[in-house]
Amino acid sequence: MTLHYIVPGDDFTRAGEASGDLKRKMKKLGFPSDVIRKVSIALYEGEINMVIHAYGGEITAEISSSEIDLTLADTGPGIPDIEKAMQDGYSTATEQVRNLGFGAGMGLPNMKKYTDEFQIESEVGVGTTVRMKVYNHS
Amino acid sequence: MTVRDIIDYLDAELLFGDDELLDQEVQHACGSDMMSDVLAFVKDQAVLLTGLINTQAVRTAEMMDMKCIVLVRGKDPLENVIELARERDICVLKTEHTMFCACGILYKHGLRGGHSV
Repeated sequence: MTLHYIVPGDDFTRAGEASGDLKRKMKKLGFPSDVIRKVSIALYEGEINMVIHAYGGEITAEISSSEIDLTLADTGPGIPDIEKAMQDGYSTATEQVRNLGFGAGMGLPNMKKYTDEFQIESEVGVGTTVRMKVYNHS
Repeated sequence: MTVRDIIDYLDAELLFGDDELLDQEVQHACGSDMMSDVLAFVKDQAVLLTGLINTQAVRTAEMMDMKCIVLVRGKDPLENVIELARERDICVLKTEHTMFCACGILYKHGLRGGHSV
């Protein structure tokens, strides 16, 4: 099954809609709760990143019985130093974003932590694509 | 303890929650205003104490399968928060206590931090 979501870049309150929807669909499909949790957290952090850093983007989720494959693509400003961005606590988020409860520098590290495969490609001025896989162990 | 007990211990106001939700047993909680920290460190906590009053508090609770959000420092939630909590079946309470005191009171009554990832 392939699902497609558009993440609007201008509405912070809607960030998390895609992850919530995917979570409910996976529940209905009977995936184990820890697999659902990992996918939800990784995708939610990705959605938040798309809204606060990249003016939105697109998500493709491919669900099979053996794994969940997530691709998050945006045409935002890109990440100049990926290694730095992957460090716990490193953040370029504004004070305004921090006041909204994010920007603790845990977004990308969380996405990596909760997924079995994690790849990120980014080009300044072009955009960022994150690919993540979570295996279904059942 | 149950969510109903939390209302009692914190002199909290119930902003959303039906009988079934209020009778839920909860054993572990966490307190944070940073949702990324909740997503990073929380494992099986059912209660989120926070000063964050936007919809992302509800979405974070949803992702972590939490049952109850306690808004501390007497803050009222922004619009859409209660509506979203109702859709997601998550209780929302409001207390005048500060984060420190609210956590302390609940800890005194047996609520614990639980495991973190």
